[in-house]
Amino acid sequence: MTDQAQLLPGTLDLLILRAVSLGPLHGYGVLLRIGQISGNALLIEQGALYPGLFRLVRQGLLKASWGTSENNRRAKFYELTVAGRKRLRQETASWNRLATAIGAALAPQSEEV
Amino acid sequence: MKLLDSLRFRIATLFRRSRMNADIDDELRSHIQHRADDLDRSGLPRVEAERRARIEFGGQVRFKEESREAAGGTFIESVIQDVRFAFRMLRKSPGFTFVAVVTLAVAIGANAVVFGVLDALILRPLNVPQAQSLYGIERGADNAVNQSYPDYLDLRERNRSFEDLAAYNVTAVGLDTGHNPSSAWILEVTGNYFDALGIQPYLGRFFHAADEHGPNSAPYIVLTYAFWHTHFQDDRGVVGRTVQLNRHPFAILGVAPPEFRGTVVFVAADFWVPLVNQEQVEGVNVLNARGNRGILMVLGHLKAGVTPAQAVADLNSIGSYLEQTYPKDDGHMTFSLTRPGLTGDWLGGPLKAFLTGLMLLAGLILLAACANLGSLFAARAADRSRELALRLALGSGPLRILRQLFTEAVLISLIGGAVGLWGSVWLLRGLSVWEPLPTAPLHIPVNPDANVYAVALLLSLASAFLFGAVPVRQVLHTDPYQVIKSGSISTVGRRITIRDLLLVTQIAICAVLVTSSLVAVRGLLRSIHSSFGFEPRNAMLVETDLSMAGYTGDATSAMQKRMINALEAIPGVQSVGMVDRLPLYYGANESLVFTDQTTDLRPGNAAAETTIYKISPEYFDAAGTTLLAGRTLTWHDDKNAPRVAVVNREFASKVFGSATKALNKYYKAKDGSRIQVVGIVEDGKYASLAEDPQPAMFLPVLQSPSSGASLVVRSNGDPQQLTAAIKSTVQNLDAALPFTIRTWSQELESALFPSRMATLSLGVLGVMGALLSITGIFGMAMYSVSKRKKELGIRMALGAQRKEVLQAALGRAFKLLAFGSAAGLLLGILASRVLAFIVYQATPRDPLVLAGVVVAMSLLGLLAAWIPAQRALSIDPMILLREE
Repeated sequence: MTDQAQLLPGTLDLLILRAVSLGPLHGYGVLLRIGQISGNALLIEQGALYPGLFRLVRQGLLKASWGTSENNRRAKFYELTVAGRKRLRQETASWNRLATAIGAALAPQSEEV
Repeated sequence: MKLLDSLRFRIATLFRRSRMNADIDDELRSHIQHRADDLDRSGLPRVEAERRARIEFGGQVRFKEESREAAGGTFIESVIQDVRFAFRMLRKSPGFTFVAVVTLAVAIGANAVVFGVLDALILRPLNVPQAQSLYGIERGADNAVNQSYPDYLDLRERNRSFEDLAAYNVTAVGLDTGHNPSSAWILEVTGNYFDALGIQPYLGRFFHAADEHGPNSAPYIVLTYAFWHTHFQDDRGVVGRTVQLNRHPFAILGVAPPEFRGTVVFVAADFWVPLVNQEQVEGVNVLNARGNRGILMVLGHLKAGVTPAQAVADLNSIGSYLEQTYPKDDGHMTFSLTRPGLTGDWLGGPLKAFLTGLMLLAGLILLAACANLGSLFAARAADRSRELALRLALGSGPLRILRQLFTEAVLISLIGGAVGLWGSVWLLRGLSVWEPLPTAPLHIPVNPDANVYAVALLLSLASAFLFGAVPVRQVLHTDPYQVIKSGSISTVGRRITIRDLLLVTQIAICAVLVTSSLVAVRGLLRSIHSSFGFEPRNAMLVETDLSMAGYTGDATSAMQKRMINALEAIPGVQSVGMVDRLPLYYGANESLVFTDQTTDLRPGNAAAETTIYKISPEYFDAAGTTLLAGRTLTWHDDKNAPRVAVVNREFASKVFGSATKALNKYYKAKDGSRIQVVGIVEDGKYASLAEDPQPAMFLPVLQSPSSGASLVVRSNGDPQQLTAAIKSTVQNLDAALPFTIRTWSQELESALFPSRMATLSLGVLGVMGALLSITGIFGMAMYSVSKRKKELGIRMALGAQRKEVLQAALGRAFKLLAFGSAAGLLLGILASRVLAFIVYQATPRDPLVLAGVVVAMSLLGLLAAWIPAQRALSIDPMILLREE
């Protein structure tokens, strides 16, 4: 547990979009998918996922519909909308820019060596 | 568009509310099931798996709430939920709700009433187009608004700052519309009055500047809408009809619109008459007398782009021209501008100060009410700490709980505000139609407008946040585990809490109010029983103006003498005297006088400005004024005799140095004639009850004729019984003479009116403050007794005496009471200085007032602590100990 990183504020939405971009998922599935693609390195409170999902639906980035899960239970499935896909592209690009910049800033500089 | 969309979305979700809730529930349940399935598969028993899944999920309530919020439907929905819940909570404790609503209704109502009056009289401009640029002109250092007609003409013709300048006067006139001659109140105005103000007629036409061609050239009148309505029953054919004013024919030109009632806010005049016809209307014509400042006010619109400062400079240059050109009549002609509605600062000043003070006190009442409710709310939150803790523990955020508490506060204050507003609107409407004085056209036009409603709403919301904020800290610091473990918070704090501070503040505010109302009441009593310089008891007044029946010249004084003789002949009448204008009756006639040695009679050299009364010889007898030295006047002091006067003591000491030096000496009137002092009388009250001793001179009516005639009829017994005899006597002399009969005491109502109103309003606020204190102390004492029941019970079981129990239970409340009262008393003494301007001899340094405050506050404390004390004493330790 202790080697899991806290989520930066605002990154949960990006992770959800990314998880759903690989195919329609229900809420628990989103959680599992994030764990899977992040190598279980991120700590996400399970309940905290839902406000994020509802927010993205409201913003028109996800659409939701009820269906049946692999466990044969009723579940609500989420998939990306066109706007959601576009947003994911933008957010990914800007995240990468940010990560590169921060990484560069934090990397050991030549004077320090 | 975006806003509209989001609104539509919110409303749509509102309707889908229950479906969405179910949806969220289903989804979260589905999540937990899936997780449990996984755990199940890893080998946990199903029951344990589901339990673990629920724990891992976290606070369901909170996430559900947040989800709903994220989905967008929740704001309106949760407000509705809050309101519903608040209603339920309030219904559950009707006592609390009732007390809170009534407290707020009274406090907000009081504020709305005071603000309504302030708004109508001070803040709202006169109801004319472009009222913002309308100014009245004041003169000199003491801001006199009255001017003479020739000066007005000079100001009007020479200024470059005003679009036009109009002038008006308030006076009474005898009106005969064909039946039943009566007296009416009118505004005498210059011909350009309506045009300068920009008023359009409702019916017919107005008179204009072009209608004036010298004295008595414009026999026209324009009716007010109200007078047209009550006296002519909205008859549109009234235009062109002729009526008799003082027996002169005047044609009705038109009717003014209903919203324009004249240029003096508190005077309900009946119609307008051109000022050029002054001789017919008032019996005298002073339009050519530059020294006679008989015009009440000059006013006009500033030209566009002219600032008030520029206008004042312009007027002052005219003023110095007037000073140089007419040194005999015009001294100190400096000018300033004022708002015209309340006849300038003469009345507007004190009224503004008083109403502002009253508003401040009303604000304090509201603050006290908020302090009261704040501590009630804090107590309630403490009592509900178990419920609140439970909700916190179940995952409800503290913000959500605070919002709930605030919703309750806002709900209460809105209900209270609505009730208070309803009451105040009712009261203001009543005030607006009220005619407080039988002898004057006084009215208080305070119909509430949108401002009043807005202020009431604002105050409601503001007070909700004030008292709603009191328990905030308490809630934020609630530790749910502690509360649930140990029951309600039962620590008895010895340190000073917010609630203690609130209570002290509130008691102090109450003591301020009690102090100022006691000061006002004492001042009023003193002014009723002070020496007026005449004796109003056992005296009837017959008031008339002989010019109203067409008397002029010598016929006037002959008729006056006939009336006196006829009334004296009535059995039971002791003496009858006549005065041209009663003391304490809407200001007095004043004039400058000079010492005998003065040769240059310019205003700057005057020895005194003195009140003038023109009297018949028997006036002092009939009025009950004491002659201190010399002789009174006689019927032989006529036109052929040397001019004489009786003066009062203040006059004597101001002009001559002392009363003994004055007798038989001479002084000069403004026209330069020498007048000999033949007698000296006591000082009296002339213009207002609150005035310092003023100089006054009494001139024989035969030497200084006047058509005004107020006859004082002094009788042996109850003067009311003479009414019928007096009436028939006067009617026998001249059936067409309009007159009124009333007792002098009734007449004095008008002089006492301001201080009565001041005392009444302060008294009402004082009572409100006292009630609030009682409920505040009561609430506090009651709460502390119920909280400490267990402790008190143990003390009693261990053998504590009644006294000790009471001290333990109520000692703190009484300490707070004493502290608050002392602070309030000090503040009240400071505040009473303001009162001294309105209420005669209002001084807080009065042992009776101080004692009164102390007694009142102790009584309040006793009254409020009575029931809690009983409750504390009736604790039965056995029952209590068994219960716990």
